[in-house]
Amino acid sequence: MNALAARRRHPAAIALLILLGLVVTGVGYSVLAPKTASATTASASQVEEGKKLFLANCATCHGLQAQGTKAGPSLAGVGAAAVDFQMGTGRMPMAAPAVQAPRVNEVRFTQEQIDAVAAYIASLAPGPAIPSPEYTSGENANVALGAELFRVNCAMCHNFAGSGGALTRGKYAPNLRDIEGKHIYEAMVTGPQSMPVFNDDNISPEGKNDIIAYLHAVDKQENRGGMALGNLGPVSEGLFIWVFGLGIMIAFAVWLGRKAA
Amino acid sequence: MSSTPYDADGLRRGDKAPETPYSPGMKKIGGVAGWLDDRTGAAKPIGYLMKKVFPDHWSFMLGEVAMYSMIICLLSGTFLTFWFVPSAGQVVYDGSYVPLKGITMSEAYRSTLDISFDIRGGLLIRQIHHWAALLFIVALSVHMLRVFFTGAFRKPRELNWVIGCILSMLALVEGFAGYSLPDDLLSGTGLRAAEGFMRSVPVLGSYISYFVFNGPFPGESIIPRLYSVHVLLLPAILVGLFTVHIGLVFVHKHTQYPGPGRTNNNVVGFPVMPVYAAKAGGFFFIVFGVVALISGLVTINPIWAYGPYDPSPVTAGSQPDWYMGFADGALRLLPGWLEFEAFGFTFSFNVMIGAILLIPVMYTLMALYPFLEAWVTGDKREHHLLDRPRNRPTRTALGVAALTMYGVLMFAAGNDLMAIKLHLSINDITHILRAAFFIAPVIAFWVTKRICLSLQRKDRDLVLHGRETGRIIRTADGKFFEQHEPLDPYARWNLVDYDTDQPLQLEAPADENGVASPTARKDRVRAALSRFYFDDSVPAVTPAELAAAHHDGHGHEAIEGAPADEDRPALESSRREAPPRP
Ligand code: HEC
Ligand code: HEC
Ligand code: HEM
Repeated sequence: MNALAARRRHPAAIALLILLGLVVTGVGYSVLAPKTASATTASASQVEEGKKLFLANCATCHGLQAQGTKAGPSLAGVGAAAVDFQMGTGRMPMAAPAVQAPRVNEVRFTQEQIDAVAAYIASLAPGPAIPSPEYTSGENANVALGAELFRVNCAMCHNFAGSGGALTRGKYAPNLRDIEGKHIYEAMVTGPQSMPVFNDDNISPEGKNDIIAYLHAVDKQENRGGMALGNLGPVSEGLFIWVFGLGIMIAFAVWLGRKAA
Repeated sequence: MSSTPYDADGLRRGDKAPETPYSPGMKKIGGVAGWLDDRTGAAKPIGYLMKKVFPDHWSFMLGEVAMYSMIICLLSGTFLTFWFVPSAGQVVYDGSYVPLKGITMSEAYRSTLDISFDIRGGLLIRQIHHWAALLFIVALSVHMLRVFFTGAFRKPRELNWVIGCILSMLALVEGFAGYSLPDDLLSGTGLRAAEGFMRSVPVLGSYISYFVFNGPFPGESIIPRLYSVHVLLLPAILVGLFTVHIGLVFVHKHTQYPGPGRTNNNVVGFPVMPVYAAKAGGFFFIVFGVVALISGLVTINPIWAYGPYDPSPVTAGSQPDWYMGFADGALRLLPGWLEFEAFGFTFSFNVMIGAILLIPVMYTLMALYPFLEAWVTGDKREHHLLDRPRNRPTRTALGVAALTMYGVLMFAAGNDLMAIKLHLSINDITHILRAAFFIAPVIAFWVTKRICLSLQRKDRDLVLHGRETGRIIRTADGKFFEQHEPLDPYARWNLVDYDTDQPLQLEAPADENGVASPTARKDRVRAALSRFYFDDSVPAVTPAELAAAHHDGHGHEAIEGAPADEDRPALESSRREAPPRP
């Protein structure tokens, strides 16, 4: 106890305390939060609920009427799809200002809450809606066509296998492994950040479904040639041969030299 | 018919008995070999070769790794030619790889897909071919570094160094040609880039490009042309040059590291037959085994994932194989303002310097280095003993500086991957690497030289004063000293067996009549370079110094002569006279 008391004034104590508080609230929230989410069409009460959530979580950056501030763009006309994508992939609410909102795997909102915010944003101005599951499942689609569409439209940023690539000034096109079909579709129609918008004239909904099918096929693909080294192309191959190829060869050479001596 | 004194046999009485049908070779070596020797007379030269002695050191086996991986490339490449169709003709894919079914592609790409998916063992052989190609160039490069840092390129081996440089450059081209054959997205992007490089040649660019591609890019001709180059022309040159290379090694005999009993005039090691041959043969199988293992476990060049080439798409992470990385890196670092227009032409020096000039300039400098060093040192002797890198601080530092420069370019080729993996800005990385290209080699030079010099001083200290034992001795008259344990003569030998050059002295720029020497300018440059090389060199311990250290010192039995099997007194032969200066 004495030891603890002595450390009370340690600078780390505050940080620890805050951390503890956060963990407790986080755990408490996840236990108490409602679990069932049933999608419904936007009702007045849903918009109301969405507005509340928006004011609480998003308004600091996006403004009280979602009109935009210095910290975040206007959300008028981005549509339900953008909100569903941004919140569903954990990008929003953004944790800290950064060149690009990163994907966060623990999503902090239920689908019901996300739908409510989406309904609220959609009620401000029309924009792309959340796509119908018909085009986001990747079923009954042409994988080969999807692959071709992907190479032509997406590979320059996301790499041939969707492993991601760098853009200017610290921005990047993320890795596309294991992304829900719905989010892939929404990314295409809303064009988050530096990504261009691919509307239905560019790539038809069927084409988008083909792309989703292709990306999901790559997720499932066993690697025909063995370990894929992250699907990063020749750089990782070069690194591999220098480290392992040369390493093993030198080890053998030293061993043989020893033997002979 | 009257009888004659001679019967039929008698006619031949004067003939000599037929010579023994066996050559001496037959007696020495068994049946088949003897039979062959009778017809070719090969026993003598082969016997001579077989008796050649090879010294043993792991770093001498790097060249062997390169040789074996080249052989593996030749074997696996031959297998690939059975199925590969070098044609740009368009076909619709209907093979077993579903994600490409129904796509239009070139025959070259389709046949590579077939090799990968529909021909038994094809994918393994493809991966063996490509991994072996990468290993070939890795091993060859490291082999080259070994030769450089140990000074094995000195007389009489300069010519072989030059051949090595050519081999290495051709290997790059051979690899690039292979990489471009399957006509997948990456290889097509590579070709597209190559076409851009050709066009960056001022004035002639577009003519060269039309000539090589037989019309506008991509055209139908480039794949068959590259194919001839890749499977016929370059392999033939590579194998030919390689044979000369290895032949010269036999003629010069292998170098060896300094050590007791090893002199400039002998080679200590094992004869080719049987020891060395057995080892080398075994090593071939090890290399093959390791390459096969890697190829079985790790994908290389998954052309099915890249998709067929089509001029419109390009993928993130489009990089060449590692050995072309430095050129790609140079392109990424060169600033855009090097492109400008003049006289109605566009001069794209931002592309040309990295893509067209870099490789020939780099290899020319490399090939000339032995001659430059010989000129600076004025050294005309033959060298069969290798240098320890620390004993040539300036050369070692120059080598490390050049490597650093190469390394910066190499890193630059991966600037996009560094940006994404390390969450950095690609622009910042590029700026930093641009600065590093100029600054890092200077720092590397200085640091390496300091390290070499201090290692040399440490060696001197060891030789003169022996190892510190940590035992404090109190003498009878009350003095204290730490006992130093002298090195044994074998260990010492390794530390003193080198010679140190002194900087060349500048000869009088004018003779006594005041006539300026016609070579004064050249001499000054040479003296300056010589000072650059040798100003701060740390000389090896001389016998006299050692004796002096022995007398005033705490060491014992300091100068106990040379190791037993040495033909000259050790300490004398450890210091050779400096060569007469021209
Ligand atoms: C810390 C400030 C911050 C907070 C809090 C925040 N955002 Fe954002 N948001 C941004 C910034 C900055 C961008 C633009 C950059 C980006 O997309 O990464 C953005 C972009 C968006 C976009 C995409 C706009 C478009 O043009 O496609 C949507 C939708 C969005 N936010 C919704 C929300 C929602 C809903 C919330 C609350 C749950 C929220 N944001 C909370 C800063 C914030
Ligand atoms: C100009 C480059 C560019 C192109 C072309 C592009 N994207 Fe993107 N993509 C991006 C960037 C940048 C992001 C990250 C946006 C963010 O984090 O807010 C992104 C994000 C995504 C995401 C979200 C991934 C995640 O982690 O949640 C998906 C899915 C996606 N893109 C799919 C596609 C598809 C499919 C195409 C082709 C039709 C495509 N992209 C074309 C740049 C691009
Ligand atoms: C000696 C050095 C050699 C090097 C460095 C080399 C390198 C390469 C490379 C990097 C590729 C791309 C392969 C891929 O990933 O698919 C390739 C393809 C090929 N090589 Fe070689 N190669 C060499 C020798 C040979 C020889 C001697 C032959 C034939 C006799 C040959 C035949 C082929 C063929 C047919 C292909 C295309 C088939 C395919 O890509 O699957 N190669 N080579």
